[in-house]
Amino acid sequence: MTSASRRIAGDRLLQTMSILVLTLSLVALTALLYDVWSDGWRRLDWQFLTSMPSGRAHLAGIYPALLGSLYVLLVTAGLALPLGIGAAVYLEEYGGGGRLARLIEINIANLAGVPSIIYGLLGLGIFVRVFGWGPSVLSGGATLGLLALPVVILSTREALRTVPMSAREGSYALGATKWQTIWHQVLPGALPGILTGLILAMSRAIGETAPLITIGALAYIDFTPSGVMSPFTVLPIQIYNWISKPQAAFAENAAAGIIVLLVLLLSMNAVAIVLRDRFQKARA
Amino acid sequence: MTTVLRPLSTLTTGAPHPATPVKIDVQGMNFYYGAKQALSDITISLNANVVTAFIGPSGCGKSTFLRTLNRMNDIIPGTRLEGRITIDGEDIYAPSTDVVGLRRRVGMVFQKSNPFPKSIFENIAYGLRINGLATSRSDMEGRIEESLKAAAIWDEVKDRLTESAQALSGGQQQRLCIARALAIQPEILLMDEPASALDPIATQRIEELIYELKSTYTIVIVTHNMQQAARVSDRTAFFWLGRLVESGPTATIFTNPAEKLTEDYVTGRFG
Amino acid sequence: MTRQTQRWVEWLIERALLLCAAGSVLITAGIIGALAFETVSFFREVPITEFLFGTVWTPLFYDAQFGVLPLVGGTILVSVIAMAVAMPAGLLSAIYLSEYAPPRVRRVVKPVMEILAGVPTIVFGYFALLFVTPLLQRVLPDLALFNALSPGLVMGIMILPLVSSLSEDALHAVPTGLREGAYALGATRMQAALRVVVPAAFSGISASFILAMSRAIGETMIVAIAAGQQPRLTANPLQPVETMTAYIVQVSMGDMPTGSIGYRTIFAVGTLLFLMTFVLNLISDWLRRRFREQYA
Repeated sequence: MTSASRRIAGDRLLQTMSILVLTLSLVALTALLYDVWSDGWRRLDWQFLTSMPSGRAHLAGIYPALLGSLYVLLVTAGLALPLGIGAAVYLEEYGGGGRLARLIEINIANLAGVPSIIYGLLGLGIFVRVFGWGPSVLSGGATLGLLALPVVILSTREALRTVPMSAREGSYALGATKWQTIWHQVLPGALPGILTGLILAMSRAIGETAPLITIGALAYIDFTPSGVMSPFTVLPIQIYNWISKPQAAFAENAAAGIIVLLVLLLSMNAVAIVLRDRFQKARA
Repeated sequence: MTTVLRPLSTLTTGAPHPATPVKIDVQGMNFYYGAKQALSDITISLNANVVTAFIGPSGCGKSTFLRTLNRMNDIIPGTRLEGRITIDGEDIYAPSTDVVGLRRRVGMVFQKSNPFPKSIFENIAYGLRINGLATSRSDMEGRIEESLKAAAIWDEVKDRLTESAQALSGGQQQRLCIARALAIQPEILLMDEPASALDPIATQRIEELIYELKSTYTIVIVTHNMQQAARVSDRTAFFWLGRLVESGPTATIFTNPAEKLTEDYVTGRFG
Repeated sequence: MTRQTQRWVEWLIERALLLCAAGSVLITAGIIGALAFETVSFFREVPITEFLFGTVWTPLFYDAQFGVLPLVGGTILVSVIAMAVAMPAGLLSAIYLSEYAPPRVRRVVKPVMEILAGVPTIVFGYFALLFVTPLLQRVLPDLALFNALSPGLVMGIMILPLVSSLSEDALHAVPTGLREGAYALGATRMQAALRVVVPAAFSGISASFILAMSRAIGETMIVAIAAGQQPRLTANPLQPVETMTAYIVQVSMGDMPTGSIGYRTIFAVGTLLFLMTFVLNLISDWLRRRFREQYA
């Protein structure tokens, strides 16, 4: 073989291997979705969505877990949204690269790399024990709120950066104060980006399992949470609970639970995309 | 040399101007972006109800200078100013200065029109609201109509006030931005190359507008277009590498400048 | 509103926003505080040398031993398997996406990667235990139901998008001039990619590898479900192992009284996990910064 044809063969080989890798990851994703669907679709019905868990697999449902996930998510958003946007606005609009802002930035970057289970230990040590909130919806939501905070801050800053300087200048030139400029011009302009980032952060939080197990969320709950101080379970923990059981019937339940979880995630992402498109159109 | 200055005929409109009081006075001003000095030792007085044009090649500091007059450079981190700028005798860089109040008195129109992504109505209403200038809805509507008329755009937009400002043409957008600045009744109007992105017809409308506005406002206009400076201004200041080379009546600057550098620039030998 | 009150309000808002931002520092303080408090109590009862160098981990037995090495070993075993999948596959896909792929392919591959990155880890755990392990058992009859191999492979798929997208960013940052120089010398695209672009982006690519390693070490649910709960110091991927994260989950699922030594072990293990990921993140960050300075 001549050196030229060898080089071209090498080029082909690299391309083929790359395409193989990408195909394999596509196959893996398809296999995963297919596996879950074929295991779980038979269990998907109204009864499954509205029943309490049960020792008998075919009677068990995810109602308390669904409500628990919803409650926890509300607390999570209630904490991460104002704190995250506030912090992002400070760093982007006020911080001005000062030493304090720099320190906070490094800190947030580091927090984004902390494993989620460590946030669980934080929640256990501080919220559950020191604050005495117990393994409640409040503890769980607060733990996930802190976990989501770096994501919300980073995506909000991205969104704020997309608002052109000229919009700020136009406002300042009319005698607007800094906050008036931010409130009336910058935040509305960044809103689609902020919302998209927030929904993505929430869709990550809804799939989190480990930190909530760590703070002591219960695996078996046959009541719906009555408030923020109530014990709770969430959908991923219910799924984990079913996966841990040896009987095949429970694995079927777990697969059905996963389908519900994935549908929730998918619809949240769809909402994010629709929101973004609508705002982009309105501003164009 | 008059052959290159075709628009000289128009100079008669603004040339013999009665003396008016000094509105803006700049003494020994230096300006820095971080360590880089952008303006050196600027000293100049600008008279009330006079149109002053800043000319010079790009990067000469004329826009930076304009932005020191309403402290717009404050929002750029790391900028610093030395020297003294007074408006009506008040030092606008004194620690006690209310920057927000200053910008209310000194309106600004930017090189690239920047209407807010809102309706035409809301674009004007914004400045009125944040400054608490309108006493009622009808007062608000009256002021908006007045400023749109003053900016010579009322007839084009009166039937579509609720439409998005970004649907307007470039020239209309720029006149809307002028209307927006006029609505809060400033004393001074700063214009940073207001027609550089516009076609000749839109440019002509802006220039006519400037001529009309001068009876009410003190106007400072930055332009890289010397014909435009000659057409619209009473006085002209020439900047070169962050320095003010020379300033004086526009006719003098264009026909009989004191400095060789100015002459070379206005006759188109460089720049 | 007078100017005076307006200024006061502005000042107040700025302080409130600063407080939000400074709150993130409190989180870090909270993490360190919560970990340190119980960890210190733990080391009052267990010598630190026994913890770090002991090879038997039976903290919940009557004859309790606190050697963390089996958990660390299990963590590293699974992570290494994951990296063995994610590094070559991620780099290849990054090279392909950055140097070869037509826009049409990118439009398909990018969303697939994003979906893969967005799948909750519990789903990957299910996939590892109930799909991948039975599949592998057909080929490897010795494979235990719980093992390091299957969750390692699945974790590799999970972190693949991270490696791919960060490495692709690094490859993109390499100036086009370098590529053109190689083409001008008659290099094929492969030669340009492997001999010029990848070496030039080396620190950026290493940063993505190390960040992925940190992610693998901290990953919890896949291993808690599919790797088993038997602390075992072994390099055999066919056997059940327990990772540090899986141990924390195992203890948390039980009912552990506060203040008991068992309760404290999860904080001690958590501290070690935190330190390991923190160091890896620092190295990754340092490499990335060095890379950025190179092509700033």
